[in-house]
Amino acid sequence: MSLLVLCDHDRGTLDEASLEALTFGRSLAATAGITCEAVVIGAGADTATALLAAHGAQRVHLADHDVLTDYGPEAWGETLTQLVRSIGATAVTACGTDRGNEVLAHVAARLDEPFVANCTDIDPGDAWTMTRVQWGGSLLEDATLDAGTRVVSVAHHAVEPSPAEEPGEGLVVPFTPDLRAEVARTVVKDRVVLTQGITLATSPVVVGGGRGVGSEDGFAQLEDLAGVLGGVVGCSRAVTNNGWRPHSDQVGQTGTRIAPDIYIAAGISGAIQHWVGAMAAENILAVNTDGEANMVAKAGYAVIGDLHKVIPAITEEIARRRG
Amino acid sequence: MRILVCVKRVPAPGSRINVTPDGDAVDTAHLGFTTSPHEECAVEEAVQIAEQHDGEVTVLTLGPAESEEQLRYAASVGAHNLVLIPITEVDWDPQRTASALTTAISGIEAADGTFDLILFGNESADTGGFQVGIRVAHALGRPVVNGIKGIDLADGAASARREIDGGFEVYEVPMPAVLGIKEGINLPRYPTMKGRLASKKAEVSATAVEAAAGGQTRVRLHRPLEQVSETVILGTGPEAAPAVVDLLEELGVLS
Repeated sequence: MSLLVLCDHDRGTLDEASLEALTFGRSLAATAGITCEAVVIGAGADTATALLAAHGAQRVHLADHDVLTDYGPEAWGETLTQLVRSIGATAVTACGTDRGNEVLAHVAARLDEPFVANCTDIDPGDAWTMTRVQWGGSLLEDATLDAGTRVVSVAHHAVEPSPAEEPGEGLVVPFTPDLRAEVARTVVKDRVVLTQGITLATSPVVVGGGRGVGSEDGFAQLEDLAGVLGGVVGCSRAVTNNGWRPHSDQVGQTGTRIAPDIYIAAGISGAIQHWVGAMAAENILAVNTDGEANMVAKAGYAVIGDLHKVIPAITEEIARRRG
Repeated sequence: MRILVCVKRVPAPGSRINVTPDGDAVDTAHLGFTTSPHEECAVEEAVQIAEQHDGEVTVLTLGPAESEEQLRYAASVGAHNLVLIPITEVDWDPQRTASALTTAISGIEAADGTFDLILFGNESADTGGFQVGIRVAHALGRPVVNGIKGIDLADGAASARREIDGGFEVYEVPMPAVLGIKEGINLPRYPTMKGRLASKKAEVSATAVEAAAGGQTRVRLHRPLEQVSETVILGTGPEAAPAVVDLLEELGVLS
């Protein structure tokens, strides 16, 4: 009886989000009275073993095959499905990232089982009951899960990753799936790097602009502030819809989820579409002419005023203090 | 080139979503409805591909009879054929939805030929199950990749780009294929007056499809506990700058 946690890595470098899933998974497994086991897919994954054990993995399954060097949703989904069957896992989970949800959907389709995406809380009784995220986090759904093998993902940022009080054994178990050549049809063929270093998703500081910025050119002031803070610029959906910024800068339910130390939200009203992408920020400073704006109400800090005057004043003040 | 797009009618909320008193559904008494954003972009992408490759776009939805509104909108921006699978419940679970869509798609393909491309939204804006497109692809035995923000077609394959942090991945997927589309792949056009008028007369073919309920059952919806935090107003206008920078220093982001 085991819970299998899919841990994502890129040629040996573990994705932080996997530790969220493992932290959630080991507590779920303990409540359910089953063992917590991790699986990493593809070559180079063995370097992650110690970290996975520290986070509670009793076993670490290393699945490898020629087709698994780069990510492929069908190859990974098929591999995980075979492992679930092979060890008779009663549940399988992953963090609800793009990849996590994608692979688990493949697993559920293959097992012909339900897949409950983006859970924040699970009570593993005879029938599992859970709370899951709808509307990107604006709404919660209580649901029940009736399944042979439980396939569930953990909402990203719902759990703070932490090492286990009692580390897992971390017993390494190699696994070679039997993959048809056909699964190679959806393996990544090429990768293009556009941004080196910090990105919107990982930046400790994000300066976001909304409709209130008024134009493409209006973002220059936000760029200046982001520059002195070593951060990046983000924007709301209204901005990308107006063509002022590329969609890759969009923060929100249909854009990027950010989790910076501080999010400076300038001229953003705070529609839920945007809010759910920003709510994982440690601190939010809203700059808005409208003191009643939703973003101002939800932010920890606010400046009431015209962003085109306030933002440059902040940039200047930083320069002044730095001499 | 035959392209199918599966779309979902969802409420269009502003700054707050409310739930009906029984917790069964989103309170839509004061809300309009729209096509889930990823899918609106999927329709636009299909229409653009059809324009370049002499194609035909079919749009399929499973939802209440009112979903005809979203189908007609798709017609107003260039879709050719509209198919509705009407349901009377609030929502079908993902397995049931996927099963019904698979049945409907198989029926259409048996009559009119295989779709070279089937586009889904990456996930629906409301229930966010992240699986229906993948389940349908699996049932049809076709390759599927989610999170797609760019498509180029050549030599019977779709070169599809997926955004990752700081760049993108490229997939070369042989057609017939299924792709999960993300907003940002394009900027959807607005319907022209001519398009709007034509869409009113477009034929919507409605086909009831039976499918068994899956294992995930909704108990109730509720709003997350809001962290009631008193907003600290640091000041008004540019004079607030020193207080802001004090805060940035305090938070340690000025190092």
